[in-house]
Amino acid sequence: MAEESAASGPLPAVPYLKLPKGGDPYIEGHKCKACSAVFIGERSICSKCATRDQMEAVKLSNKGKLYVYSIVHRSFPGIEVPYISAIVDLEGGGTVKGNLIGVAPDPAKIPFDLPVDVVYKDALGRKDKDGNSYISFFFQPAK
Amino acid sequence: MSDVYIVGTDMIKFGRFPERSVTNIGAESALLALEDAGLTIQDMEALYCGNLGQASAMVGQRILHEIGQTGVPVVNCANACATGATAFREGWMSIKAGVNDLVLAVGVEQMGKGLLGGAGGKAGIPKEGLMGSATMPAVFAEAGMEHARNHGTTFEQFAKVSVKNHHHSTMNPKAMYQIETPLETVMNAEMISYPNTKLMCSVNVDGSAAAVLSSEKKVKELGLMKRAVKVRASVLTSDPWQERDLIMPDVNSCTRNAAKAAYEMAGVGPDDIDLVELHDCFATAEILHYENLGLCKDGEAGKMIDEGATAIGGKIPVNCSGGLLSKGHPLGATGIANIYEVSTHLRGEAGARQVEGARMGMTHVIGLGSACAIHILEKAA
Repeated sequence: MAEESAASGPLPAVPYLKLPKGGDPYIEGHKCKACSAVFIGERSICSKCATRDQMEAVKLSNKGKLYVYSIVHRSFPGIEVPYISAIVDLEGGGTVKGNLIGVAPDPAKIPFDLPVDVVYKDALGRKDKDGNSYISFFFQPAK
Repeated sequence: MSDVYIVGTDMIKFGRFPERSVTNIGAESALLALEDAGLTIQDMEALYCGNLGQASAMVGQRILHEIGQTGVPVVNCANACATGATAFREGWMSIKAGVNDLVLAVGVEQMGKGLLGGAGGKAGIPKEGLMGSATMPAVFAEAGMEHARNHGTTFEQFAKVSVKNHHHSTMNPKAMYQIETPLETVMNAEMISYPNTKLMCSVNVDGSAAAVLSSEKKVKELGLMKRAVKVRASVLTSDPWQERDLIMPDVNSCTRNAAKAAYEMAGVGPDDIDLVELHDCFATAEILHYENLGLCKDGEAGKMIDEGATAIGGKIPVNCSGGLLSKGHPLGATGIANIYEVSTHLRGEAGARQVEGARMGMTHVIGLGSACAIHILEKAA
């Protein structure tokens, strides 16, 4: 992979992936203090209970369980296939979608509720038009 | 409030018409529905037009530019795959409100080929294939896999939906395709997003459908009750909050809420329904909606398809038209095309695919985002 990067380091693939300086990456959720609903992405109003200004940023767990998945064999042009599109429920709240890696793309090998770890890696070599590289999160079977 | 009736309805044969304009395609079904009612555009007090691809381009007015600029109010609707049904429902509401007696609803779409779905945000790098998939086949595959995890539904059961709907479409000359697809053919077709193969994905087509709606007073005045179809319920819902719904679109809750409200409005239950046209955008989706619409108990949808209960001749035929899987899915037209299908059965005019003795039917569409529209229709005379 090319080393050059316009920014000081790789950028997060999505705003809710946090790369604290000197700390470990994590997925950020927003939790409603009124009803405890957890959302991915920043917001000020809870869409479950409609309470305003009671959202707090929380660090979501790096452990979860596979809820459902699809094995994608055809995607948009230029996207490498197959891959496993997975929806994971994180321990303690929050649901996220990502690629499940380290498992064969075969339904017989992908049990529901598979315990997974959230891991953070380079975003498959994808770069933006300014040459920045990115970090994304992936799921892999729990160690 | 007046009861509302459909007095004319028709659709064009779905297909691919790149040489035509979206308005020209829409105008054709508008004229067909007017002819079916024996009325003209001058009789219409308003036009409700559903189209998604050119939602900001005044498609309804442009249809009138083709078939008669009478100066009546035109409302253009966009509501994802519930677009056509939403336009129809706006017309229904205007009659319910006593504002109009006779209105025209048109749904039309011109589509390209290929995958539908979000490619992720524009900023940064593409997310597709990096953070899962946002293509429609994958999203609906995941929705089906939820049913599989809860009820053990199999790839084969999902595939049987497509076998059935393709079979039905062999009896529908207005469907895009009239081909049998045996189970092995469906299961061995190109895998798009497991468990949806290519034959388990709806067909992107161009098409339009239209309906003329009338107040009871006007139906009687015009002497059109004989072939009229009564709208017993019209319901529109959006997606209520669910734990995972911002990550995993929930097509179930809004359908369940709409079905409950529709049965209540009509004062009937699932046992009173003789046929259903539901939103089989993917084979996986049809299975979910058997339960969502109350056609069977939760967990019994797989058994229902295994037993042929939803095939023509079965207990409750579903998607006699061939459904979106084979008739085709021109997004903005779909919600009126399924109203045309059910109305045609209620009128006893569905030919080889006729559900014998049909008196009451249901239509269902769901637009991801989400919007669900359900109509319950009944033979008037």
